[in-house]
Amino acid sequence: MKRTVFRNRWLPYALVAPQVAITLVFFFWPAFESLRLSLYRASPFGDRLIFVGLGNFHRLFGDAAYLRSALASVVFSFVVTFVGLALALLLASLANAKIRGLGLYRSLLLWPYGIAPAIAGILWLFIFHPSYGILPYLLSFVTTYQFNWFLKGWVAMALIIVAAVYKQFGYNLAFYLAGLQAIETSVMEAASVDGAGAIRRFFAITFPLLSPVTFFLFTLNMTFSFFDTFGIVHAVTQGGPGDATSLLVYKAWKDGFEGLQLGFSAAQSVVLMAVVILLTAFQFRYAEKKVTY
Amino acid sequence: MRRTLKSWTSAWAVTVLAVLLALPSPALAKTEIQWWHALQATLGERVNEIAAKFNASQGEYEVKAVFKGSYPEAMNGAIAAYRAKQPPHIVQVYEVGTQTMLSSGAVYPVYQLMKDNGLAIDWNDLIGPVKSYYSQGGNLYSMAFNSSTPILYYNKDLFKKAGLPDKPPATWGEVEAMAKKIVASGGKCGFSAAWPSWTLVENMHGWHDQPFADHANGFDGLATRLQINGPFGVKMMELLQRGVKEGWFTYNGRLNKAESNMSAGECAIFLSSSAYMGNLGRAAEGKFTWGTGHLPRLAGYPQGNSIIGGATLWVMKGAKPEEYKGVAQFFKYLASTENQAWWATVTGYLPISNAAVKAMEASGVYAKNPNLKTSVTQMMTGKSTPNSQGLRLGNFPSVRDAVEEQMENIFNGSKTAKQGMDDAVAKGNDILKEFAALYK
Repeated sequence: MKRTVFRNRWLPYALVAPQVAITLVFFFWPAFESLRLSLYRASPFGDRLIFVGLGNFHRLFGDAAYLRSALASVVFSFVVTFVGLALALLLASLANAKIRGLGLYRSLLLWPYGIAPAIAGILWLFIFHPSYGILPYLLSFVTTYQFNWFLKGWVAMALIIVAAVYKQFGYNLAFYLAGLQAIETSVMEAASVDGAGAIRRFFAITFPLLSPVTFFLFTLNMTFSFFDTFGIVHAVTQGGPGDATSLLVYKAWKDGFEGLQLGFSAAQSVVLMAVVILLTAFQFRYAEKKVTY
Repeated sequence: MRRTLKSWTSAWAVTVLAVLLALPSPALAKTEIQWWHALQATLGERVNEIAAKFNASQGEYEVKAVFKGSYPEAMNGAIAAYRAKQPPHIVQVYEVGTQTMLSSGAVYPVYQLMKDNGLAIDWNDLIGPVKSYYSQGGNLYSMAFNSSTPILYYNKDLFKKAGLPDKPPATWGEVEAMAKKIVASGGKCGFSAAWPSWTLVENMHGWHDQPFADHANGFDGLATRLQINGPFGVKMMELLQRGVKEGWFTYNGRLNKAESNMSAGECAIFLSSSAYMGNLGRAAEGKFTWGTGHLPRLAGYPQGNSIIGGATLWVMKGAKPEEYKGVAQFFKYLASTENQAWWATVTGYLPISNAAVKAMEASGVYAKNPNLKTSVTQMMTGKSTPNSQGLRLGNFPSVRDAVEEQMENIFNGSKTAKQGMDDAVAKGNDILKEFAALYK
């Protein structure tokens, strides 16, 4: 890599200054504000600000609803990540074969990523909806079981999982496709000559060689499903039935935005901040070093 | 890669903002009055219409009606703007935000505004429930605007198909019997309700003169304890739980989600806001016929009244006296009998003054569309008591959420009615305690 040397000592600082300023104003300042607010009981209009120390956190961790929400988020994130990656890898392998119309398939498979989470949620809503959805309608021919997710927690959870997997699918696929294309064909051919079948080749060569991609996608999907799924939940289930799909990020929004309990909500976002810092640290620490060919 | 993209977007946003701020704003001949509201679609058009009519009626003030998203979004927008010292003059706040607004110290009470500007509105002519909900110490704090109350809707075609007479059920016993017949005749949804907590818990308590929370539902002091786990509340939930189990009650989700089932012609008996009438009318046109009735009664409990919902207009502190003068004139204009009658006729919201009710009666609106009158007669046959004057709870949106969560747990059978209501009360009390701690 070519190393750039600046003659002027201040020029580099001036050049990065806008970026630093934006980061400070749009990332650090709000983060600091929520950190500060999490220690207060605050009125919506800001006329009352009562210091409560760690009171909000104490209330948070003593709240059974919050612990249920945390559990639901963990289950949701892991399922979305594993199902999402497995599916993307499978289809990427298929789309990596030499078949006619390959470009078209690949483009079509990437499409879902261009859809906003809320829209993805609405699309699945139309498929799943107990009264006007096509799926319950078709199922009514084969079973009398009622898939009313307004009342069945696990169906509601399955629904937002499907929507989230779908939403992330194109992104995962793109990375896997790129990863697959980086694998030398000669290695695969050599294995074929040695008599390894398609499945053997996949597990002995493809999968290990793709491990950096998988690791990267793992952290990325975990982050996505922890923090970026607000739109899906809001559009489809609003956290219900009961609080079955009230994920952490949704609960923080609801308590703060609808409930106007600002300090309590800030404490929740501080917890979420800690989680994302951990995930990022994990990513930086292990991504480049431990997972290699 | 994602991060870079994001930063670029922010950079652009900052640049655009800077350019916009640098542009000189054109000098305004008229005094501008910002009115933030949360009504969309047809209702939003009506809001624009009334602002335009006011603007055309005089030359000094220009009311700018700005749609700010859902009710919580509009309220949050106003809160953020107030904290940034740039509040709108008028903001439309939903009824559950009332206590928050009253406690905020950020509002200019409407009765005061009118007095300071020497304009009179006959507050005594306001219909009782509206006046009591938004008054403190006998003085009106926010301008009554769009108030509604839940009523019963029924699908006449489904009734006919099931061999039922063309008459709405008057009691819960009849709701159950009729809904069962509907389902037996092949109907998909015998009974359902939108806004579950509002129609089935809050209003049922008011309608049967039962307390929802202590301190007269928060009217005699900050409410600290919910009282919906009493015999009445539990009995209501047991009835509905059994309804789900036996198949005559179909739960269709929170907010107004269930309305899509009624509009699709699936549900026979339905509870929702009187302001749903316009949408139902449009959806049903040429497909099915419908009628309305009063809320059903549960035998053995006294008569109370239904509770209103909807929103009112709050005036924010921090503007100039000449601007407030315009706000007062606008409110005077809104409150005129003619405008009230027009608003109630085109939207299905309650006419807020007795004079407007009379005017609508005289003009033959009710004769032509008797359904418009159902909410009015319901509130007039009801008896206003401390339990039905309204609900004034701190952090009410969160309380409502806690109630609806437990309603779902009761309906899906994972909790008994008693257990569910006890849990709703426990969580609700926690939320109320937080609010009380803020304003002690």
